[in-house]
Amino acid sequence: MFSFCTDPSILPQWQWFACYLTTATHFAFYRAFVMVIILLIITAPIALGMGLLGAIAVRSRIWPVSWLGRGYVNVVRGVPDIVFFMFVPIALGQGIEWVFHHIQCPDWDQPIRQGNDFIVCRDAKVPPIGSPAWVRDLYAFAMAVIAYALVFGAFAANTLHGAMQAVPRAQVETAEAYGMSRAQAFRRVVLPQMWIYALPGLSNIWQILIKATPLLFLLGIQDAVYWARELGGQKTSLYTYPHPDWRVWYFLVLLCFYLFLTWGSERVFSRLSTRLSRGQATAAGERLRKAAA
Amino acid sequence: MTRTPITLAAAIAFMASGAMAQDVVRIGTEGAYPPWNFINDNNEVVGFEIDLGNEICARAGLSCEWVLNDWDTIIPNLVAGNYDVIMAGMSITEARSQVISFTTNYLPSDPSAYMALAGTDPSVIDSGVIAVQSNTVQAGVVADGSATGLEFPTPDETISAVRNGEADAVLADKNFLAPYVNDSGGELVFIGDDFYPGSGTGAGVRQSDNELRETLTAIIDEMKADGSLNALIEQWFADGMARF
Repeated sequence: MFSFCTDPSILPQWQWFACYLTTATHFAFYRAFVMVIILLIITAPIALGMGLLGAIAVRSRIWPVSWLGRGYVNVVRGVPDIVFFMFVPIALGQGIEWVFHHIQCPDWDQPIRQGNDFIVCRDAKVPPIGSPAWVRDLYAFAMAVIAYALVFGAFAANTLHGAMQAVPRAQVETAEAYGMSRAQAFRRVVLPQMWIYALPGLSNIWQILIKATPLLFLLGIQDAVYWARELGGQKTSLYTYPHPDWRVWYFLVLLCFYLFLTWGSERVFSRLSTRLSRGQATAAGERLRKAAA
Repeated sequence: MTRTPITLAAAIAFMASGAMAQDVVRIGTEGAYPPWNFINDNNEVVGFEIDLGNEICARAGLSCEWVLNDWDTIIPNLVAGNYDVIMAGMSITEARSQVISFTTNYLPSDPSAYMALAGTDPSVIDSGVIAVQSNTVQAGVVADGSATGLEFPTPDETISAVRNGEADAVLADKNFLAPYVNDSGGELVFIGDDFYPGSGTGAGVRQSDNELRETLTAIIDEMKADGSLNALIEQWFADGMARF
């Protein structure tokens, strides 16, 4: 990085650190933080969408849809997150390969499951054999996004369902009295007003989602936790920058990063809450009205 | 327009044959076991096995790609087809040979040793707490012995366990421990005698991949004969490593 970094063993302290903190492995560590934020930005809307679908399904009058919604919400909420993170990428990966296998290689005569092995024909491998490393990384990342969206969608569905129930019944009745259909009343009255009731629950889920991102490490993705452990471990003189066990400092950096992220989002949520309380028949809405008057 | 499906099929067939011609052999390694394989400060996978693997691929005319994988899942992911070869300082053992098959060894049986803080009584080898990496030959040795085993997923953690007093000693490949002893300025020492638990280190492939195994074995034999394998061993390991 810097011109004076050619022989780190003779450098004074601050220059040694300047060189050390700008090695390629450290840049990978910094990129891992960006990746966490990208994961959050992609996952949160998908999970919210899943949650909305789930909540609508639970409310549905068509019982198979309602049962599907209830099943999804209760099963996913009832299983430890970590189990889902291990299960979804494996099951989904094998499921996709199984489908491709039956499409691409109908003549295959050997069983797919041979003891512990899951063997499909060459053409059915996903990502395809010979794809570059970035395709594989993207595939693993997409699997992680799906796993997160599934788990957090179920929690969001439960919160949103509760929020929809909390919209005062009198308002829906009034909407119906104006001649709106059930769907119209939902779209025009329930959906816009439920957010204020959903917000505390959603902000909880968002904080938990932030705190769950280190689970990426379990899926074999080189995330911030992987790099903190890798870089913090003792480095012998085989490395250019030998140092003792510094894991405590690296994990401290992680701790600060997560604290900063959750603190920042808490501020955003409290602003959002004020904004959504405007004109609502809630205690917060009433306070806002009095303050303005 | 009726000809479209035929051209499309031809195009797919052409692409498929192109993909076959430049087939990539993926080699799985741990990347946390210096000097066998590790990630250097430039974020490159380097080490004895990386140099050896690249040389084998060059001689065999294969294009190779390195894949990092945790030690604990390195065999399951080979079997699942995530990569085609394991080169990760893996000793050839009876138990592993039931799941995957090995090429001929590219490292002779190498010494294992106990490392502890200076002043530790050697009796801890039989009665103390010994840190090992899980699923290694050394973990098997400790499990069969009278000492209490303490297993960790990465080799780095076994060293920390000794430093912070969680374990009395660590049992590992001597060539992995040697840099820690040399760098510690007398804080860490070897205790007890070296011993040779494995029957050499080889590359693992799926049991159905006979062709690849034979290709790799042929080139490893060739490198043993022309002395280039010994030269690589000399380059990466201290004098403790046996030669062919």
